[in-house]
Amino acid sequence: MTVQLLYFAWVREKIGRSGESLELPPGIVTVADLVRWLSARGPEYAEAFARPDLVRAALDQSHVKPETPLGRVREIAFFPPVTGG
Amino acid sequence: MTIRVQAEDFDVGAEVRQLTAGNTDIGAVVTFTGTVRGAAKGRPIVSMTLEHYPGMTEAELARVESEAHGRWPLDATLIVHRYGELRPGDNIVLVIAASRHRHAAFEAAEFLMDYLKSSAPFWKKETTADGVGRWVDARETDLAALARWNLQGHSRSRAAE
Repeated sequence: MTVQLLYFAWVREKIGRSGESLELPPGIVTVADLVRWLSARGPEYAEAFARPDLVRAALDQSHVKPETPLGRVREIAFFPPVTGG
Repeated sequence: MTIRVQAEDFDVGAEVRQLTAGNTDIGAVVTFTGTVRGAAKGRPIVSMTLEHYPGMTEAELARVESEAHGRWPLDATLIVHRYGELRPGDNIVLVIAASRHRHAAFEAAEFLMDYLKSSAPFWKKETTADGVGRWVDARETDLAALARWNLQGHSRSRAAE
């Protein structure tokens, strides 16, 4: 499954890019599975996801929890807790 | 119901006039304006940069606004949120709630702010005079403010939608 990943704020800075298109291997079911797989891709990813509790996710532009299944998602975003307003 | 995400500044008076024009059922208009503070944790800042997630930002603000209309009898609402590089004293966000009576307008304006602070995908970075930029941490007090409205905030599960 090919998905579009987007990174914002310090997640973007630590990974060093604002997004990328990646082919996910079978076996990645949930958001947490994806975070574990990404963390193993390199030190910049490991650094960005070092504190998984500080990284939020959205599937196709809706907030989700780590245990949420990816399903047939097209766009996955990772970012710190929001600080607007 | 209107939401706008923009780099440009806004004029509170002009926005109120435009939102309420021709609607004489309205008896109460509450506005809230959030502005950039000149210091962060005692350190003066020279600028604040707001990053956002185009597309999701508009969707979340519209959802927040719709939720307010479901809870209070509102005649008109407006949310304007800026992004980009701002200076101390600049406007960041505007919320307007208009209703027949003041209680609904006051409560809805506060709700809109509490809810958008926890759900709209914006991130603030403050730059001090030494040129160092620091991302602003989310505040526990903002989450506590949200709990008052019996909302789960951004931890909603998709399955529950």
